[in-house]
This record gives sequence, structure tokens and C-alpha cells, in this order.
Amino acid sequence: MSALTWLALAGAVAVALLVAEEAHRRAAASAAGRRFLRHPTATPGVFILAFFVTLATAAPLLAPYDPAFQIDIVHLQNHAPSAQNILGTDVYSRDVWSRLVYGARISLGIGTIAMLVAVTAGAGVGAVAGYVRRWVGAVLMRGVDVGLAMPRMFVLLMAVALWEHLPLAVLVLLIGLTGWFATSRLVRAEVLSLREREFVAAARAAGAGPTRVIFRHVLPNAAAPIIVSAALGIGNVMLLEAGLSYLGLGVPSPLPSWGSMIYDGEPFMAGAPWTSLFPGCAIALVVMALNAVGDGLRDALDPRKETA
Amino acid sequence: MTEPLLRVRDLKTYFVTEQGSGTARAVDGVSLDLFPGETLGLVGESGCGKTVTSLSILRLIPEPPGHIRPGSFIEFEGRNLLTLAPKELRAIRGNRIAMVFQEPMTSLNPVFTVGDQIAEAAIVHQGLSRNAARARAVEMLTLVGIPDPQERVDHYPHQMSGGMRQRVMIAMALVCHPKLLIADEPTTALDVTIQAQILELLDRLQRELGMAVMLITHDLGVVAGTADRVVVMYAGQVVEQAPTTTLFARPLHPYTEGLLASVPRLDTRVSQVRGRLHSIPGQVPAATAWPTGCRFHPRCPYAWDRCASEEPPLLDAPGGEAGAHTVRCWLLTEPQRRERRA
Amino acid sequence: MTPGARLVQVDGLVKHFPGARALLGLGRARRPVRAVDGVSFAIESGQTLGLVGESGCGKSTVGRSILRLIEPDAGRVTLDGVEVLALGPRELRALRRRMQIVFQDPYGSLNPRMTVYQTLAEPLAIHRLAAGPEVERRVRSLLEEVGLDPAFARAYPHELSGGQRQRVGIARALSVEPQFLVLDEPVSALDVSVQAQVLNLLAELQRKRRLTYLFIAHDLAVVKHIADHVAVMYLGKIVERASAAALYGAPRHPYTTSLLSAVPVPDPTAQRQRIVLQGDVPSPAAPPPGCPFHPRCPHPKKNDRCRTEPPALREVAPGQLAACHFAEEPM
Ligand SMILES: Nc1ncnc2c1ncn2[C@@H]1O[C@H](COP(=O)(O)OP(=O)(O)OP(=O)(O)O)[C@@H](O)[C@H]1O
Ligand SMILES: Nc1ncnc2c1ncn2[C@@H]1O[C@H](COP(=O)(O)OP(=O)(O)OP(=O)(O)O)[C@@H](O)[C@H]1O
Ligand code: SF4
Ligand SMILES: [Mg+2]
Ligand SMILES: [Mg+2]
Repeated sequence: MSALTWLALAGAVAVALLVAEEAHRRAAASAAGRRFLRHPTATPGVFILAFFVTLATAAPLLAPYDPAFQIDIVHLQNHAPSAQNILGTDVYSRDVWSRLVYGARISLGIGTIAMLVAVTAGAGVGAVAGYVRRWVGAVLMRGVDVGLAMPRMFVLLMAVALWEHLPLAVLVLLIGLTGWFATSRLVRAEVLSLREREFVAAARAAGAGPTRVIFRHVLPNAAAPIIVSAALGIGNVMLLEAGLSYLGLGVPSPLPSWGSMIYDGEPFMAGAPWTSLFPGCAIALVVMALNAVGDGLRDALDPRKETA
Repeated sequence: MTEPLLRVRDLKTYFVTEQGSGTARAVDGVSLDLFPGETLGLVGESGCGKTVTSLSILRLIPEPPGHIRPGSFIEFEGRNLLTLAPKELRAIRGNRIAMVFQEPMTSLNPVFTVGDQIAEAAIVHQGLSRNAARARAVEMLTLVGIPDPQERVDHYPHQMSGGMRQRVMIAMALVCHPKLLIADEPTTALDVTIQAQILELLDRLQRELGMAVMLITHDLGVVAGTADRVVVMYAGQVVEQAPTTTLFARPLHPYTEGLLASVPRLDTRVSQVRGRLHSIPGQVPAATAWPTGCRFHPRCPYAWDRCASEEPPLLDAPGGEAGAHTVRCWLLTEPQRRERRA
Repeated sequence: MTPGARLVQVDGLVKHFPGARALLGLGRARRPVRAVDGVSFAIESGQTLGLVGESGCGKSTVGRSILRLIEPDAGRVTLDGVEVLALGPRELRALRRRMQIVFQDPYGSLNPRMTVYQTLAEPLAIHRLAAGPEVERRVRSLLEEVGLDPAFARAYPHELSGGQRQRVGIARALSVEPQFLVLDEPVSALDVSVQAQVLNLLAELQRKRRLTYLFIAHDLAVVKHIADHVAVMYLGKIVERASAAALYGAPRHPYTTSLLSAVPVPDPTAQRQRIVLQGDVPSPAAPPPGCPFHPRCPHPKKNDRCRTEPPALREVAPGQLAACHFAEEPM
């Protein structure tokens, strides 16, 4: 690895530290932020997330090699970590570090996009089902029950099996569209209790129509469970993608995702553990960080803890 | 004069609040006496420390965040409750001193029958057998005026109305024939017609059982009808203490005066009431930031510079014997200021 | 009383809430809750009708049905001659400029995520009453009118005390310059000293803006201070309706009499004969036959007729209506 790469890595750590530091400073200034900080793992969580996001965005600077580049297929197969390849190489003599960095793009990207799809769908359906009490709500919720009853992995496997060479975009969309059922239940429950609150009646009395009531008065007050489930949702999607890729059905090779890296390295687990270990650690770290931040947000956004 | 049953001296109960908004001095130097067989009304607005005072007496303050400051003193039947071992304390709670809470809906355990809950104290404190305890529960339900006690004893709390649950709470409190009953807003959550029933019940039971009652309420009307003596609290302190008739006839603390004048009353003519109600300006301060000097001075119509700087002690009202009518107000030292305002 | 002077008229208002279904929504529905069961009254422009009764007797349901925050099952409501119950959604929203509501719970009735400014500006935006800098000016003058420092505009509800929140709720209701306000227990949750402040504010606003009030309360003493006329409800029905002077001076229905005698009076020397009613308020899902009050009624003449024949609300004295077979011989 060249000095430039090391410098970039140091830069990434510095950026992540700065972000965590700034987040901490801002949080300490508000009551909600202080509730966030009550979780000792929240700030480290922010640091880890910031670090991996920086890796993903600045991947070309941080990766010494192209992630698909086979450096020396003869001599550098499953080479242990060294000064040249700090995390070693995989069976195709690709640099594990470079793949990890580019993999952050794909894994985090898939997680984020699928989560956005899921949360939008979940919040929308949940809000409508909760606010509109007539048959619309009932029908939507029965649909959600069906959705929840279907094993998600099975649906995805079916799709992959039926559709050869599934484009990545469709896969992401599928992951998102199979992941909103629980969110919609959560949001519906929240909306059901919010719609009985007097400030909602007050808004209606002031002449507000249903759209305004839902978007200005109900959903912002349901933001806490939505944001928390989003934070946890990214982690879930990443694990799911890893699982699919591990079965060889997810992100197509040679695109690096952390899941596909584990898949690629799995047969050589005994001799070259670094090929699977490092992406595995990356997934674990990010999922843990997301959980920590999600927990902190749950408290930060809970106005019931606002008293005293 | 008889010895007081309960003697509280300089009680200070503070709460350390989260998020650094400071220490809430919920109860800050309360002294009061309660004599055997008497009904003492403890009145004051929300947050003035009534509940915390009563919980401190039973040492039921959650610690942390709360703690009773050293120097406080609570004596019941000649024993200092603050130094009692937990075991001795438990022998007093629910037995010698019983408590009825504000919320009849949440203070009963939903998974036990009311009979079990009433009987529990008798089993714990008096070692009654199950059958004897059950018989006692039925007897207590009869005492508090619940119809069909034989049948009701096996009912669960959710099968009863708010007023009946409050009666059950009272039955629970009285099962060991306590010497002191602390009733924390026993009627606030109830309708007026049910409130009248409960107040009448408490009145009758007190007469029949000869116990002392500490009745906590924010309703001056309730106090007027039931208490022998009244303690008025404001901002964690006792501001006035007097026999009920004296207090209502001649309130001396400006807060008591203002409070009495701002209560909408039923016993005035319609033509008279259609005007402005008297009101106390401003609002009750927060427990974390009591004003300096007299705690009422920012809202007091008579306040002068001394009130803002010096905290008044409890002073004896003129013309009475010592301790009969006490007031925490500098006006007692300069009564001419009151006349000048009026 | 000329009919033209009646701003609000309610006739035969009925609202039954369907009973919850047993067995996870599959079983037979329980008996409906007869929350409001044929309520009629009128309020003259600029006056206050006090609506009192015990918890669960249907007061809020009446107030909310008038504004159609709840859709009543039957009856007629007119505001200044406009049939409120016949309006489509668009016209209804327009009509809400003319009638507003203030809620009981100062904690629950403000959106915790909106500043006071946003809360007060919203109705102005909905009804396009102001735009640009005019909004700011209007919010400021509303706050001043309800006795709050304009600096409170930036505050969130949790930063305010109960009394201050209630003032914001009143300011919100006033922002669209309504003629008619439903005040649903506006002071019940407030401390005594603050309650007097808010009652004074309401009286002053009524005088200045010539407002008409429906003042809902469970406290007869509070109502006495503000109402010109009073209606007493029991189990979804009005049992007595009269001018305040008549109702407080010479109540005709035994329930009114008992209610008045149950209110504690802050005077230890008052020698009052207290009537303590026996029993609880029956469930509105199963009101007793005959006179709904008969199981608790302390009237000495109560007889079999009370148990079988529901008494009609009828005029017993000029301007005084009561629903009791023995209203001519009050207790
Ligand atoms: N567990 C607690 N933690 C922090 N502060 C507390 C706690 N319990 C009570 N306080 C504070 O103590 C003060 C007095 O409370 P208390 O419950 O005694 O009031 P009260 O007079 O009983 O009022 P109310 O009429 O509303 O029951 C309040 O300011 C309250 O915020
Ligand atoms: N949305 C609802 N669904 C079912 N029942 C309801 C609903 N709203 C009110 N009720 C019932 O209707 C009855 C009347 O309720 P309402 O809220 O009008 O009483 P209220 O007189 O305002 O009482 P309070 O003094 O407690 O506010 C009650 O028995 C209540 O349980
Ligand atoms: S009709 Fe009979 S039961 Fe009803 S209020 Fe009159 S006397 Fe009482
Ligand atoms: Mg209390
Ligand atoms: Mg109500």
C-alpha cells in the first residue's frame, strides 16, 4: 500500500472522528441530544458509521487496487495480510482491503436504498391504515398480515430462482418491498393512538384536511419509531444481502459486496480466514453501530422522556 | 394538651433531577403536628409538595432520585421514623399508618381479587388465617358501604366503578385499624356525587374508629367541610396553619387569602358572581428554582423589598395562643401595610 | 327571545357509539353506548350556555358533534341558520372559521412538535387569512390578546405551564375570528389560582369580541361564574335547562338539587343539608328504564311511574325545563 493510501486512510479516520466529535457537541446542546448521549455506545456508533460512509464515498482514494483487479493470479492467491495487501488477497488474488472499501459502497448503498423504499412504503401504508378507519384500513392491514406471514428469504429466493441474472436494482427494490410490513404495523399503531389525541382534533377543528393532518400533525409525531426502525432496518437489509450473497444469489460477482466476499472466501476459511473474516467484521461492526445509534435515537426522539 | 400522634420537624425532601436542571426542593422545611383523632387538611396547588410530604412520612420516596435530608425529623407514637430499621418500618406501614392514594384506577393490582388485596395486610400484620382474613375482607367491604360484600369480595378491580375502587382502597387501608390514615386526594379523580359519598364515608369511619386523618387535597371546599385544622402549603413550605374556622374566617397569608378569593363559589348569588373573579397573578414557580426571600413574593400584592431578600419564618398570629395559628409572612410584623393596601 | 337572535340551535342530537365486539372482533357487538340521546338547546348570540354533568354523561360528545369532529347519528345543528350536519367536507371546513373549540387537556391539545408560532399560524394558512409579514403580526397580537408575551411564539408546548398552554389553545381558537366557541372543560386541568385567570380571560374575550360560548364543565361553581343559561345532563339526556338564576336559585330536577348540594363549599360555617346520592352512575350502554335517574333519585315522592315512564323535558316554570314527573314539587 502506498503512502498516499495510508494518508487517505488516516484522513478517513480523521473525518469520522470529526463527525463523531461534532455530533457529540451538537447533541450536548439540546435536551433530546443529551438523551441520545446517555447511551454510552451512541457516540462510538456514530464514529463507526461515519468511518464506513467515508470509506464508501472516498473509495477510489482509499483503495490501492481496482476491486476486480487480479494482481497476480499465480503467486498471490489467498495471500496473508502483508505490507503490500494489508488485509491479504483472496483466491483470485484480488486485494481484500480494496474490495472491502468498494464493498462498503454496495453493502451500505443496498441497505440504505432498500430501507428508504421499505420505510416509505411502511410509513405510507401504516399512516393510511391508521388514519382511514373504514374498509381501506382493514384491507391494508390484512394485506400486511399476509406479507408478514411470508418468509422474506423464501420470497427473495423464489424471485432469484425465477428470474435469471436479476439486475441489482430489482434485487434492492425487492428487498425493500418485502421489508415494510413490520414498519407499517408500528406506524399504524402509533397513528391509531395519535389520531385520538386532542391536537389532531384541534387541527381538524381549525379546518385542516386529511392530508395536512397526516403530514403535519400525525407523521412528525410518529417519527421516532419510523427513524428507529429505519436505523435497525439498514442493518437487517445488510444481513439479508449478506445471506443472499452467501448463497451465491445476491450481488453478482465480480462486484464486491461484503456478503459476496464472505461467499467467495468461505471455501478457504481454514487456510485463508482473512478473506471472509474482514468483511464479516465490517458487517458486524456496522450492524452493531446501527443498533447503538438506533437505541440512542429511540430515547432522543421520545418526548415522554422530556419531562423533569 | 395531648401529645401529638405525628410530629414532623423541618422535613426536607429533595430530588436530583436528570439533565442537570438542578435539585428539586420538593419539600423544604415542613413542620407539622397531627393529634390523635383529628382530621388535618393539607392543601396547596399542584406541585407544592403535598404528596412528597406524605410519602416521606412513610419513607416511600424513591431513592434515587429523591432523598430525605439529614436534620429532618419525623416522630410517630414517640418513635423516630427516619432512623427505624426497614423491618420495624414495615410493621408500621399499612398497620399503624395506612395510606389511600390519588388514583383509584392504578393503585389496585388488576390480577388479584379485591378480597385478596384487602386481606393481605391482615395476613401480613396480624397473622390471620386465610379464612379469617377473608371474613375480615367481607367485614371491611360492608364497613365502606359496598353492596353485596359476600359477592363483591371475589371481584376483580376492573369489574368495579371508580367510586367503588376508592372504597376498596379505603377498606384496604383500614383493615388493620390504623391510628393514622393518610388520604392523598382520595376524591380528586371522582365525580362530585361520588366524592360526596367518599367524604361522608371517611367522616363516619373516623368517628367510629377514632383514628387521625391527614386529608391531602387542593380543594378548599373539601377541607372546609371535613378538616379540624388546616395546613396550607406553597412552594415546598408550610405558609399558614390554623384551625379550619379561623383559617377561613381570617386568612392571614396573602396566598391563602388569594386562594380563597379565587375559588368560584356556589354560595353567592348569580347576580353577584357575574364579575371578575379574583385571581393570583403569575404561576407557581418550579421546584428547582424557588424565589429567594418569601417564596410567594413575586405573586404577592403586598410584597415590599424585605420580602424579596429575607425569608420569613412561621410567625404566630396576634391574639391567639402560641402555635395555634401560624403564618409565614412578614406582614405580621408590619400589619399596617395590609390596611394601606386595602 | 326572537328566533333571529339564536346563533346556535341544536335539535334532537343523537350519538350512539357502537359497542366493542367480543372475541377479537368476531363476536356479537355489545350494546351501543348511548352517549348522547336526544339533546336540544339554543344559544343566543353573545351568550354562554353552561353544559354540566358527571363524567361520561356525554358533554364532550355534544360539543364535538356540533363541530362535526364526531359525526352524530341524528338531529339538527344550525349555526346562524346554516345546517351544519348537511354540509359537504369543503363547506364544513369553511364553516369551521366561524366555530372553534378549546379542549380540556392543555397537554394533549397542542402538537408537541410545533412551536406556538406554527400552531397559531396554521389556521391562518388553512383559511388564507394572512400571508407574509401579516402572519407574524397576527400571531403577535393574538398572543397579546390572551395575555402571553409575544416571545412565547418560539416556545414549544413542553416549555409552557398548563395555564400558558391553555392560553395558546384559546389563541388558536380565536385566530380564525370565530363567532362561536365550544369550551370543553377549559379550566378543569388547571390550578385554582390559574383557573381564575383563565376564566377572567374568557369573560373578557367574550365581551370584547361578542363571542357566543358553549361552556362544558363538571363544576357547577365554575359554570355559575360564566354562564347565562345552564343545561344539566345525565346519561346522555338533558334533565334540566334554565337561566342560571333560576337553576341555581330554584332547581326543579332532583339531580340538579343533589348535584348542587354535593359541591363542597369553602366555608366551614355553612350549615347545608347535604344530599348524598346512593349508588353509581349507571353505564350509558344500559340506561335504566323509565326515568334514567330513578335508581339514585332521593325525591320523597318517587314511585312506580318513575320506574316505567320516562319523564319528558317540559317547561315547569317560564323558561325553565325539567325532565321529572315531580318537577312541580321540587325537593
Ligand atoms: N420522583 C420525582 N423526581 C423528581 N421530582 C419529583 C419526583 N416526585 C416529585 N417531584 C417534584 O416534587 C414536587 C412536589 O411534588 P408533589 O407530588 O408532592 O406535589 P403535590 O403537591 O402532591 O401536587 P399534586 O396536587 O399535583 O399531586 C414537584 O415539583 C415534583 O416535580
Ligand atoms: N370514540 C368513542 N367510542 C366509544 N365510546 C365513546 C367514544 N367517545 C366517548 N364514548 C363514550 O360515550 C360516553 C360519553 O362520553 P363523553 O366523552 O361525551 O363524556 P363527558 O361527559 O365529556 O365526560 P368527561 O367529563 O369525562 O369528559 C362515555 O360513556 C364514553 O365512554
Ligand atoms: S322522575 Fe322520579 S326518579 Fe326521576 S328525578 Fe323525578 S322523582 Fe326522581
Ligand atoms: Mg399529589
Ligand atoms: Mg369530556
